[in-house]
Formats: sequence, structure tokens, C-alpha cells
Amino acid sequence: MIDNQSETLIKVENLHKKFGDLEVLKGIDTEVKKGEVVSIIGPSGGGKSTFLRCLNLLEEPTDGKIYFDGTEITAKGVDVNKHRQKMGMVFQHFNVFNNLTVLDNITLAPKLEKKVPKEQAEKRALELLETVGMKDKRYEYPRKLSGGQKQRLAIVRSLAMDPEVILFDEPTSALDPEMVKGVLNVIKELAKNNMTIVIVTHEMGFAREVSDRVLFIDGGVICEEGAPEQIFTNPQNARTKEFLSQVL
Amino acid sequence: MIQDIIKIWSKYDYVFYRGIKYTLFLSVITIFFGTILGAVIAFMKMSKSKVLNTAANIYNGIIRGTPILLQLYFFWLWLPKISPIELSDRMCITIALIVNGSSFISEVIRSGIQAVDIGQMEAAKSLGIRQSYAMRYIIMPQAIKNILPALGNEFIAMMKQTSLGSAFFIGELMTAYRTVQSATYKGIEALIIAGIIYLILTYALTFLLGIFERKLKESD
Repeated sequence: MIDNQSETLIKVENLHKKFGDLEVLKGIDTEVKKGEVVSIIGPSGGGKSTFLRCLNLLEEPTDGKIYFDGTEITAKGVDVNKHRQKMGMVFQHFNVFNNLTVLDNITLAPKLEKKVPKEQAEKRALELLETVGMKDKRYEYPRKLSGGQKQRLAIVRSLAMDPEVILFDEPTSALDPEMVKGVLNVIKELAKNNMTIVIVTHEMGFAREVSDRVLFIDGGVICEEGAPEQIFTNPQNARTKEFLSQVL
Repeated sequence: MIQDIIKIWSKYDYVFYRGIKYTLFLSVITIFFGTILGAVIAFMKMSKSKVLNTAANIYNGIIRGTPILLQLYFFWLWLPKISPIELSDRMCITIALIVNGSSFISEVIRSGIQAVDIGQMEAAKSLGIRQSYAMRYIIMPQAIKNILPALGNEFIAMMKQTSLGSAFFIGELMTAYRTVQSATYKGIEALIIAGIIYLILTYALTFLLGIFERKLKESD
């Protein structure tokens, strides 16, 4: 949880993104504070995922600025990789490395980019695997894992880099229903431990329970934002109302 | 006929052996350098640079759009004119075979790399892994498995294509056939011998590639 004194971790100014002639983001301004859990909801095609992917520059913004930890990462000449190491990301389709074992999936980035010694990286990886109940899977390849296990692996893989924020892009949308809860519990645990989280989700119950703030994005803009109670019980914007009436 | 074949083989086997040796040499050289050049073309084609990209497209367009025999004649006539050092017919033909093979190999490599799920690269990027490391540790190991079967076909095609060098009498197996044919006037028999040898060579190459592929499969 956060209080008003919390520092700003991510600041977005007038973010625009075009794919060819299609303008997907039409000017987004917002801030994420340290320790804050921000849920992004809204209809498909409204720009939620594009917005999230702009935050770590997987999509290059067409216009606007993004600050991370006080640095403008959209500026020319910034070493994006260095900043991405501090911004974990978890994808809808897991994207665990298919050619590596569970253990190597976790240790690859720390070993390559942070020069963490192999033993130390593996020790940390095992601790992380323990927290998601997958220590016994450490020598398996991803094709032997269930969707839920892959997603938990993807989460601890990003944690191994000690990020300051984790971006979740619909982390449970590709999961079988019985797997959803396990993954959501891992994310809840992170939130409890003060991890800064930005999550695009269709799990309204989860957004309501866990987030400090909810953004409703549609048509490439933030139509409405506020505390979860306010958004879910007393939405002001017509589109928010319509969307929520359809999904709740 | 079988008697004729045996007779020709026992009398002219040394001619065929010479041809086999040169065919093998030419195959190894053209496949090796064709693969390296092909990889370069593939990366040019995938590059963000418009110039490199266009250059690779033109290269592939011309080579795939014209007959290989024409290319051999062209290099045979043209290379000696522009080369500062003296080039033998063999060198000109070798270079032409490398160029031709590289174009087809580049497409095999490119499509193999692009067949790797884009999410793999995105995940690597999101962890802050630089692109060169991501290619080396994540993308290429997965791409190799897509590339290898098709690459084997290209290698076999390249081995067989060395026979076109006989139009320039460069001394590979098909040249050996022509030598024997003109010495004996027994064309069909000499052709059958050459054909059997090509079958053995291509089968051996297929076998070796098969072993290599199985090795790779075991590793995952």
C-alpha cells in the first residue's frame, strides 16, 4: 500500500502511439508511485496493452515522454536495456524461453547482464522457485509445464532481476480456469510485499481487491481513473459504466 | 550393358575417382562459403536498415529469377574482366556456385529465425538482455531446429549443382562422365556410373545430416 509521500516511479506525459495510420494511444498522462498497484481495465482494442508495452519501450511511442525513476527513457541515447532490467514484464502468453530449463530461464538474465556468479544466481533462483512451489521443476523444460506453471516461472524470472516495478499484460487470460487462482495469488503476494505493479487485467474481482488505483482505458485515452471502490461502485464516465455493466 | 558398365569402370575408374574428389571438394567449399554468405544476406534482409534490406532483396531477386547456368556463364565471362588477379575457370565457377547457393540458403535461415515466436525476443528484451545475447542464447538455438532440415535440402541441391561446372570442363564428376563418354562412345553406361556415384554422395550427405539432426533433438 502507498501513502501520499510515496515517490513517483513512472511518469507518463502526453503519450501517443500510432501503428501506421491507426492511432492507438491518443495522449495519456499518468503517474505510478513506488509501491502502488495500478490495474488497467477496459475493452479489447482500447489501447491497454499498447500502453503497458510503451512503458518499457517494447512499443516505441510516437510522441510523448516517459520518465522512469527520474530519467526520461524516451530520450535519445538512453540505454533502454539498463532500464528494462529494473522493469519486469509478464506476458499473456508467458514467453518463457523454450530452449532453456526452468532454472536457466531464471538465471540467464542475471548472469548475462548483471554478471551475477552462476552459483549465486542459481541459489536465488531456487529460493524464488520455492516461493511459487516449483523447486522440483528446476531441471524441466517449459514444454513439460502447465500454463499456470509457465506463468509462475515467468513471474519469478522477472523477479530474479530485482525489478522496481513489474508490468503484467493480461497474465491470466491464456490460462485454463483452474490455473488462474494460483497465478493471481502469486501476484497478490507481490503486492503485499510492496512491489510496484501495473497490471492489465480482465479479472475485475482481482483489480477491485488488490489495486490502489484503477485506470479505465478506451479509445486510446484514460476515460476514468480512481480508487477501485469508486470505479466499481460509482463510475462517472458513460463508457466506464457501459463496460462495467457488461463484465460484472 | 552391365558388362559394358563394369568394363568402363575397371578401365576408367581413375577418371571417375578424380571427378569424385573434385566434386566433393567443390561441394564442401561452396556449401561452407555459401552458408556464411547466406547468413550475411539473411541478416541484411532482417536488418532495419533500408539500404541493406533493399540490397538483399535485389540480390535474391536476381539470383532466384535467372537460371543458374546463365549465372555460371556470366561469372565465367565477367569475373576475369574485373578481377585484379588472374582467375581460373574453376575459381569463377566456384564463386558463381557460392553466390547462387547463398541466396537460397539466406531464405532458409531468415524464415527459420522469423519462425521463432516473437514473444521470445520480447521476453528477452523485457529482462534487459541486449539483442546480441538474445540472438545467441535464445533465438538462434531455437531457429537452428527450424533451419536444419531445410538447410540439408539446400546442401544436397548445392552438391548436385556442382555438376553444372561440367559445361566449363572444370573436372568434377560430370566432367569425368564427359571425358569417359568421348573416349568410349558409351554415353549411357558412363552416365549410369556417374548417376550411381551421385546417389551414393547425396545419400551419404543425407545420412550425415540425419545424425546431426537427431543429436540436436536429443538435446531438448
